[in-house]
Amino acid sequence: MGAVLFYIFAVVAVLAAFLVITFRNPINSALSMVVCFFCLAALYVLLSAHLIAILQILVYAGAIMVLVLFVIMLMNLRDWELRWGKFRWFKVFGFVLAGLLLIEGIHFLKGYTGQPTAELSEGFGTVEAVGTVLFSKYLLPFEMVSILLLIGIVGAVVLTKKKIKEEEKE
Amino acid sequence: MVSLNSYLVLSAILFVLGVIGVLIRRNAIVIFMSIELMLNAVNLTIIAFARYLNSLDGHIFVFMVMAVAAAEVAVGLAIIVALFRTKGTINADEINLMKW
Repeated sequence: MGAVLFYIFAVVAVLAAFLVITFRNPINSALSMVVCFFCLAALYVLLSAHLIAILQILVYAGAIMVLVLFVIMLMNLRDWELRWGKFRWFKVFGFVLAGLLLIEGIHFLKGYTGQPTAELSEGFGTVEAVGTVLFSKYLLPFEMVSILLLIGIVGAVVLTKKKIKEEEKE
Repeated sequence: MVSLNSYLVLSAILFVLGVIGVLIRRNAIVIFMSIELMLNAVNLTIIAFARYLNSLDGHIFVFMVMAVAAAEVAVGLAIIVALFRTKGTINADEINLMKW
């Protein structure tokens, strides 16, 4: 059962990821990205990472992709985005480089046959277990992440606000 | 039980699709989404290893990666909006002020 579910979600995730980079319209790309995120969340559940699966849907599919969709709608789509551009050599070059990267990665994995089959500890991946580790062993990194998010908020506001002084001059 | 290798191969494929997106697309937002795809592929690797090593530390790493990704999206999209305001385009080919 687990294997069947894995292959279903894996195939859908790869298809959705492929559509992300082939759709001409960025809105279609963003929506298939959401599908990909949901499949990844399902894979996390199969790996008994329940808290991370919920966070994947809340943070990625919920917050991040909504933000991306908003920004896409702020921009005006122009013709060059909606039709296939003319043939360019750098695209072929990109595919070749990426193919080499994939071959290299799979070649490395081929030699890896070890199967650590540790029995899962009690409550692995639940909110309680992850929270205990997060607030004891990793308390300092957790607090630093909150500062990082604060810097992110301030940075986004500073970058997008209009310059008030120039408006006053006008 | 699905082997660890299957998860690693899947995440390698997703990562390479993200790389292809960054290399061939010219729309800044799609390039941005491809970067998110690569981050997610790495997250999948970390979670798979955490499951097979029976260690919760990997979950914390993924938590941190998600927080960094959220901050990155906020700042990155703000940069794209500022760019669109000043240049009127988000085509990566037309933004070549820093190119020699």
